[in-house]
Amino acid sequence: MSVRSYADFTTQATFEIKKCDVHKLDEAPATQVVMTRDEGLQYYRTMQTMRRMELKADQLYKQKIIRGFCHLYDGQEACAVGIEGGITLSDHLITAYRAHGYTYTRGGTVKEIMAELTGRRGGIAKGKGGSMHMYCKNFYGGNGIVGAQGQIFETYNMAALWKLPAIFVCENNRYGMGTSVERASASTDYYKRGDYIPGLRVDGMDVLCVREATRFAADHCRSGKGPILMELQTYRYHGHSMSDPGVSYRTREEIQEVRGKSDPISLLKDRMLSNNMASVEELKEIDVEVRKEIEDAAQFATTDPEPPLEELCNHIFYNDPPLEVRGTNPWTKLKSVS
Amino acid sequence: TFRVTVRDALNQAMDEELERDERVFLLGEEVAQYDGAYKVSRGLWKKYGDKRIIDTPITEMGFAGIAVGAAMAGLRPICEFMTFNFSMQAIDQVINSAAKTYYMSAGQQSVPIVFRGPNGASAGVAAQHSQCFAAWYGHCPGLKVVSPWSAEDAKGLLKSAIRDDNPVVFLENELMYGVPFEMSEESQSKDFTIPIGKAKVERQGNHITLVTHSRYVSHCLDAAAVLAKEGIECEVINLRTIRPLDVESIETSVMKTNHLVTVEGGWPQYGVGAEICARIMEGPAFNYLDAPVTRVTGVDIPMPYAKILEDNSVPQIKDVIFSVKKTLNV
Repeated sequence: MSVRSYADFTTQATFEIKKCDVHKLDEAPATQVVMTRDEGLQYYRTMQTMRRMELKADQLYKQKIIRGFCHLYDGQEACAVGIEGGITLSDHLITAYRAHGYTYTRGGTVKEIMAELTGRRGGIAKGKGGSMHMYCKNFYGGNGIVGAQGQIFETYNMAALWKLPAIFVCENNRYGMGTSVERASASTDYYKRGDYIPGLRVDGMDVLCVREATRFAADHCRSGKGPILMELQTYRYHGHSMSDPGVSYRTREEIQEVRGKSDPISLLKDRMLSNNMASVEELKEIDVEVRKEIEDAAQFATTDPEPPLEELCNHIFYNDPPLEVRGTNPWTKLKSVS
Repeated sequence: TFRVTVRDALNQAMDEELERDERVFLLGEEVAQYDGAYKVSRGLWKKYGDKRIIDTPITEMGFAGIAVGAAMAGLRPICEFMTFNFSMQAIDQVINSAAKTYYMSAGQQSVPIVFRGPNGASAGVAAQHSQCFAAWYGHCPGLKVVSPWSAEDAKGLLKSAIRDDNPVVFLENELMYGVPFEMSEESQSKDFTIPIGKAKVERQGNHITLVTHSRYVSHCLDAAAVLAKEGIECEVINLRTIRPLDVESIETSVMKTNHLVTVEGGWPQYGVGAEICARIMEGPAFNYLDAPVTRVTGVDIPMPYAKILEDNSVPQIKDVIFSVKKTLNV
């Protein structure tokens, strides 16, 4: 095995990325961007961790160790990682049910995320939330019910009216559960749907594209210009959830094609290797480390005990004195503390 | 007899009614090409096509409103909510546009619509997907609220709901979809219906009355079997309809047994059991009670995800048995 010192690697390189389609904007995000070796390694590690975490969740679900709903993010890694690359942890983020990736980029550990999926006391929500209800600082979940259209337009209106510094992100993975976007939307140019709100359509499979667009969007907001929309064109390899095989409304060929040509992790890997920013061995080593981290997390998630029954009724109210909660019958009185 | 799952019974009901009346149609998320999120509408799109089985975008307020409008204009829509939790996105249409209109128009405008879908707890679907809406919808004048248990209930009541000229909220249960039941010969007739507003005594008994609906009918029957071994004979009443409530059937039973336990999956406060208690007190059966009515309900918390917590958040058979014994003071 050849030993290469860090001096052998390129510390940074400039990359040509796809131009974003813009709506009501005079400028667009840059198409020539710089990525450092460190950034590349970090993005690679994060996306690989996310990927392996989701695949492990798939496994655990099939073993019935994870129950209920489980909406996996594999294929969409560049979105969460790119967005986080363009903002800071002190910004605020909220998402829908396909939330595991964001929980990770927002600061949750793989251990806590997996233990939440298996419903254990070490879970990020102490086992009480499950897959769709994970939270951490400046991350508001994880939400199960999506009111797809009306509320969004109400929000666009108020955000524009009051010039709120909000980035509205649409992860367009081509399907709403089992219905393709063409069958659900009169216009599939989601980045234009903000009407008077400017918008960007971004290649959501390219982490640099997402990062650059997010930086652009964040600048727009921070400079007081009001809200902006970002449509990330992305793809999910799994079905809508673990109860959807994902092949009744799309072909296996389509899935294979995206995997072969547009996989976000492969894209990044190819870039780094062809620009001499990392070696194959180095990336393999990261893979090994990631695999271990996931295995350890899964081990924890399957052995950590379930939450204690005494805590069943806690967390009803914040900052309130303890209260009594009715159990299943009038003789069972349970305790609830904030 | 025929062994049919609740899912297939619902499917049969819709199939028969779609065939019988061309004004009937089904709309909702994934009902057509996906065969239904829970496969309840399997095969219907293939048979009836785009005009009768309609896939909607994920926009409950929008498509519920469109469905109500269609009903007002003379069609007979079946509007599916993937779960009733999602109906909260559209609840203004259900209450203000559907339920109240016949009254507000002094009888000029009827709304023959059925809102159906799974209701209540499932398995591990956590807080936002596990709520029981029987009490919320049961609260509203202008709505009929139905809650079937068995396959026969499902088929007969859904057919009645579709034929009813009023808005009906039809609360199914995801955990019951796959459960098979024996169905009677007569239930195979295309005109078989079960009247809305009439409860059914599933098991006769003299010592105590158990009143329940949906999945908990199974729990009560199981509890009754265990209690019978100890010499306690329970009468189990399957409400079948939440609104209008068949108080008479409950009263008749209580006047015989002198003891009443209500069993439901929903939260206790302002719930179905609470209503039954109030109605019993207001009527003749009160004087026949030898003990206060006991309500067995879900625990008064949002539904937790972890299995041990979830299992302890809903009534179990042992809770029913415990409550029966406490009520009988044995």
